[in-house]
Amino acid sequence: MKLNVNSEIALTHLLTRKRQTMIAAMGVTVGIGIFIFMISLVVGFNNYSDEALFKAEPHLRIYQDDTLSRPLIKQIKPDYTTVIINPKIANLSNTLVNPEKIIADLKKQDDIVTVTPQVSVNIFYNNGISQINGEASGVNILEANDMFNIESTMLAGDVRNLLSTSNGILIGVGIAEKLNIQLHDNINITSSIGVVKMMKVEGIFKTSNSNIDLTKSYINLAISQQLMKKSSSYLTDILVNIEDPNDAPKFSKQLQNSTIYKVEDWQAANEQSMSNKKTRQVMFGSISLAILLVAAFGIYNIINMTIKEKLNDIAILKATGFSGKDVINIFLKESLIMGIIGTSFGLLMAAGLIKFVSGIYIGGDREYFPIGYESPIFFIGAILGVLITLGAGYIPAIGAAKIDPIEIFRK
Amino acid sequence: MEKKVILQTKKIGKYFYQPVKFKALDDVSFKVFESEFITMVGKSGSGKSTLLYILSTMDTDYEGELFIGDEKITGQKPNYLAAIRNKNIGFVFQFHYLLPEFTCLKNVMIPALKLGKFSPQEIEEQAYQKLDLLGIKNQALKQASKLSGGQQQRVAIARALINHPKIIMCDEPTGNLDSKNTSIVLETFHQLSKEFGQTIIAVTHDNDFAKASNRIIELADGKLIHTT
Repeated sequence: MKLNVNSEIALTHLLTRKRQTMIAAMGVTVGIGIFIFMISLVVGFNNYSDEALFKAEPHLRIYQDDTLSRPLIKQIKPDYTTVIINPKIANLSNTLVNPEKIIADLKKQDDIVTVTPQVSVNIFYNNGISQINGEASGVNILEANDMFNIESTMLAGDVRNLLSTSNGILIGVGIAEKLNIQLHDNINITSSIGVVKMMKVEGIFKTSNSNIDLTKSYINLAISQQLMKKSSSYLTDILVNIEDPNDAPKFSKQLQNSTIYKVEDWQAANEQSMSNKKTRQVMFGSISLAILLVAAFGIYNIINMTIKEKLNDIAILKATGFSGKDVINIFLKESLIMGIIGTSFGLLMAAGLIKFVSGIYIGGDREYFPIGYESPIFFIGAILGVLITLGAGYIPAIGAAKIDPIEIFRK
Repeated sequence: MEKKVILQTKKIGKYFYQPVKFKALDDVSFKVFESEFITMVGKSGSGKSTLLYILSTMDTDYEGELFIGDEKITGQKPNYLAAIRNKNIGFVFQFHYLLPEFTCLKNVMIPALKLGKFSPQEIEEQAYQKLDLLGIKNQALKQASKLSGGQQQRVAIARALINHPKIIMCDEPTGNLDSKNTSIVLETFHQLSKEFGQTIIAVTHDNDFAKASNRIIELADGKLIHTT
């Protein structure tokens, strides 16, 4: 490849001062490396916490919300007699009417991955005199497994055994420990309306949330309906998983328009963890941007120094017919080269850091540090690295373009 | 035979504002013909360097008009002026001003690479020719900063010649050269004007150098006082 004269000059400048070039490039390397690493940390951790969340919660939940009783006579005008009422929860039942139709309609939509009905029952787990209260989810176990990946959390037993054992139950490890229950033991459960059932433990699971482990169990849909003394059409929730969990708020709005029941997306149900997530993103984002800016100042400094040293050269170039644009071009090329070198090593450095950190053992159900190679982050990092160094080179380059050769020659 | 006018000034005036307002050039009008070897002389502060910078198109802050060939230069855009300098004007400065990191050969080649009229191979060949003309072909691949003053000055002249400019402008070209190098430079200038038809405008305070030129323009207090 034939270099044009501007590139040749830029390259010569860089090569005759290899040390300075390398130091400036190293600044970018550290900046970009840390930037990508930090963002990867945040993304890794967010993915991990979302994953943990989705083991217990669907992307969307459709249920009958409590409604309050309204006055029989409406207050027509402010000065009319006011009817004093005592508002009470007016639901006769929290069942969904004709849930099969809702489920069938949902299943027709493209972006929906899993739809499964659920009956939530508040129950007591009894073994001898010890008693724990908790919540049993009556589910179609295969669909529920698709949705929550219950299988991955199982310590003992198999989720499929629920299919063959109609009175089977999967319990959290906390319940098992407190009640001193092992796999295949029997456990006595009592529903909130007093129905008692003897269940057989077909599995014990452990999630990352000890509170869930201490309260939650999965049972067959039919058993849960019996516990509530209801017919097989009784359903309290419809759980929906979609392709991209981040689209959940959009979906919930859309679904809300077509149903009288309450549609809740996981973001709305977990406001606390959403705000935590945002805080994390802003925090790490600003720290890593600050580091990038420092790197940019490094480039700015080096280019600025080069220009101060090369005033004579710039004057002579201008005198022999190089325009201001050419001068900018030369110094932009210098910072671009430094930026590209620095950014390339920065990508390598980030990859190394991620490799190292992902090997750190942290225990829990994840075992190793939740971080991964996210190609979009590397891509953004590379673009940012080059853009910022270009920007840092551009400012002093404009100054160089404005140099008046006569002033230099007169000295 | 009527000679062709290559450069012309009309009532050029120039002010300096620092430290106080001061008229450096006043009503300077003259013509320069093709293949002339002209020297501009005058005492220090007479405005001869200032005038040269205006003629060179690098200084655009003046009154009056400047023509190169038939083209009016006054009022043109900086980028266009840069192109004119690249193509039509070669420079030799008192302190030779080479780019120190580059070889002599590259220094000579750079203005031609910028012009882009010939391929790099052709330019390299031409650069060797010019260096040969000035008797420093054997130094071509040395770094510019490693040469002696006289040699650097000759490289600078070679660079001024590379684009075959119509005009070569020199600011004290022999200012810090010994007599031997001075005579080489002088000889070269005569050769250029005679054999290649190039016009040379040199600012100097070396009277012997001036006497050897075709014509002397003398300045005093910013005014043209004498042309031979």
